[in-house]
Amino acid sequence: MSLLYQLFVDPFVQMADAPDLLVQTLWEGFVGGVLYSLIALGFVLIFKASGVFNFAQGIMMVFAALTLVGLHEKGVPAWLALIATIGVMYVLALGVERIVLRPLVNQPDIILFMATFGLTYFLIGLGELLFGGSPKTMITEQLYLPSGALDFKILGGTVSLQKIDIAAAIIALVMVAGLGLFFQKTRIGRALRAVADDHQAALSVGISLNQIWVIVWFAAGIVALATGILWGARSDVSFALQIVALKALPVLILGGLTSIPGAIVGGLIIGVGEKLGEFYWGPIFGGGIESWLAYVIALAFLLFRPQGLFGEAIIERI
Amino acid sequence: MKTTKRTLKILSGAALALALAAPAFAPAAAEDSIYVPLFTYRTGPFGGSGTPIADGMHDYLTMLNERDGGIGGVKLIVDECETGYDTKRGVECYDSVKSKNPVIVNPWSTGITLSLIPKAAVDKIPILSMAYGLSASAKGDVFPWIFNPPATYWDGLSEILKYVGNGSLDNLKGKTLGYLYFDAGFGKEPIPLFQDLSKDLGFTLKLYPVAPADMQNQSAQWLDVRRDKPDFVVMYGWGAMNATAVKEAVKSGFPMDKFISIWWPSEADLTSAGDGAKGFKTLNWHATGTDFPALKDIQKRVVDAGKSLAPASEVGQVLYNHGVYNSMLIAEGIVNAQKLTGKKVVSGEDVRRGLETIDLDAARFKALGLEGFAAPFKLTCADHNSHSATFIQQWDGAKWDKITDPIPAAMDKVQPLLDAAAKSYVEKNAGWPARTEGCDNKS
Repeated sequence: MSLLYQLFVDPFVQMADAPDLLVQTLWEGFVGGVLYSLIALGFVLIFKASGVFNFAQGIMMVFAALTLVGLHEKGVPAWLALIATIGVMYVLALGVERIVLRPLVNQPDIILFMATFGLTYFLIGLGELLFGGSPKTMITEQLYLPSGALDFKILGGTVSLQKIDIAAAIIALVMVAGLGLFFQKTRIGRALRAVADDHQAALSVGISLNQIWVIVWFAAGIVALATGILWGARSDVSFALQIVALKALPVLILGGLTSIPGAIVGGLIIGVGEKLGEFYWGPIFGGGIESWLAYVIALAFLLFRPQGLFGEAIIERI
Repeated sequence: MKTTKRTLKILSGAALALALAAPAFAPAAAEDSIYVPLFTYRTGPFGGSGTPIADGMHDYLTMLNERDGGIGGVKLIVDECETGYDTKRGVECYDSVKSKNPVIVNPWSTGITLSLIPKAAVDKIPILSMAYGLSASAKGDVFPWIFNPPATYWDGLSEILKYVGNGSLDNLKGKTLGYLYFDAGFGKEPIPLFQDLSKDLGFTLKLYPVAPADMQNQSAQWLDVRRDKPDFVVMYGWGAMNATAVKEAVKSGFPMDKFISIWWPSEADLTSAGDGAKGFKTLNWHATGTDFPALKDIQKRVVDAGKSLAPASEVGQVLYNHGVYNSMLIAEGIVNAQKLTGKKVVSGEDVRRGLETIDLDAARFKALGLEGFAAPFKLTCADHNSHSATFIQQWDGAKWDKITDPIPAAMDKVQPLLDAAAKSYVEKNAGWPARTEGCDNKS
């Protein structure tokens, strides 16, 4: 079979032959994309408000999920553990603002970026100290998250939708809608957008940068907790989850670092694109193309929109 | 401001002084002790798998110190170095310990092992890569400083395939087998054998690589499985990959009794998948549980005495017992070295000789407090592995059940490839030294 046939004909023949598998692949890509979007959202929130690329977003996800499961293991009821974890993420946001960000105001962006590396290693150490390095099982049942699958006999086969994946999609949509409303309709949200546009102008009209930073890091912490719960339910809760956060990088390249819709759309494009690519074109390359295909997709988009799909074009006078 | 600057100077000075003095506080081999570094990973993405192994290794050696005062009356200095399952950090660990006269090094990573193989002969430090690493290093005549008992990854694959073929590889003709693997040195190791056997025996092989970044994101691989409908899926996974693979298999409805792994999945990998994981199979070569005098000694003298990092529930689990077995091999190498040389404080060169004379028969296992723990085996100068038979164990939802007798490796298929791989290694590494080390155990 010629390479051209394998590349341009065979995948589409497969899609037509087994449409149930195509739908299943699209669904898996959609769910993966939703979760990538959530991770990317955490990055975008912090970057918008403080111009910091938060390298610690991945470990925040692990730390939040570990705190939740760790507290439950120590006998705390699930609902109380969830509230306590939200509290812990607030304390973390407060600590980051006081100890990391405030002393580094007016420092170059690269200094703030490096500080988030430090924060990453601190959270890894603290997490391992408090909860150990062993993987833990996410308390999905105790959190009333659904389990099992919905099987649909359609298109000459079976399409199976995991209930936890459906819940993930709904939770992600609710969070995005909630964050959108918060930023558009509330006073704090408008203040945050002002800070994102121009720090000094925002300061001049009496907006407290410190307060905004705490709110934004807390919001990113909540997003991290939701993502940690949903990824943890698909696998387990371990420090390996922080690697998943790297998947947000092509999403951010694609969607832009400052756009919430960009994070969502970028996540979905990457999620669906990599699953279709791996399933239909992967065998031509020996499989395992998923990990780099996401970057290829993102770079292909960048050829046409260097600022990302929804990112702001940076125009500087020389 | 002045005070702050002064404080900073004092703190900087103190930090520098501590950094310079650090080597003085680091464990080092004293005149009357034997230095045994343990390369472990309790942190990072693979910490979940690395921690129980580290605990098992540490606790067995600590038990020898507590119960017997070490080995032959010489205390063991047990010193962990955290590699994070990262090759670069593993090599840094090696460089940091080699000046302390280690008698052996356990890389606990195929990637690290591959990097250290060329160094071992130069530094005269034997490398023990127990049931992992370079399969060809079983050939002691080519790799006198590398030991990988009791079975190589190639042996393991041939044993799995024999099981799949109901005892005969010939029965594989016409079948489709999937290979789900960690896309790094470890997972790639058996592919040459798998591909050769696929051609020889007439079965179809489907490869499903899992990149380290996608350990917890395997839906694409399991869609491939659903499309290809393999008769069996064979897995060589590690860390979070194993737990995710089992969950995805359950999710996609793949029959668990057709899903079989090399010897690395742990109990924790299975419990998170719930009842759906029942029926999953792995190879193993030793018992699980604590019903052995040596394990009881560990519980009493180390775990209960607060000298272990392991929770009591972890003792006896499969990865913990892998660690115990690993340290038992280290101890045997040292015991044999002491016997061979008449010295109490032995060196790496002595322990290399000791490892080549390992003869763990049933009586020796009993003497070690491990009667029935594992099958007897012996090493020789030419055979650093033993290519031991391993058995299949099946997950019943709470524990492992041994479901087969030990299955011998298909040496008629494995040995020619081992020979060819060893030859190829020597050719690719110009100047690879011919063996000049003496031999205490030719057969």
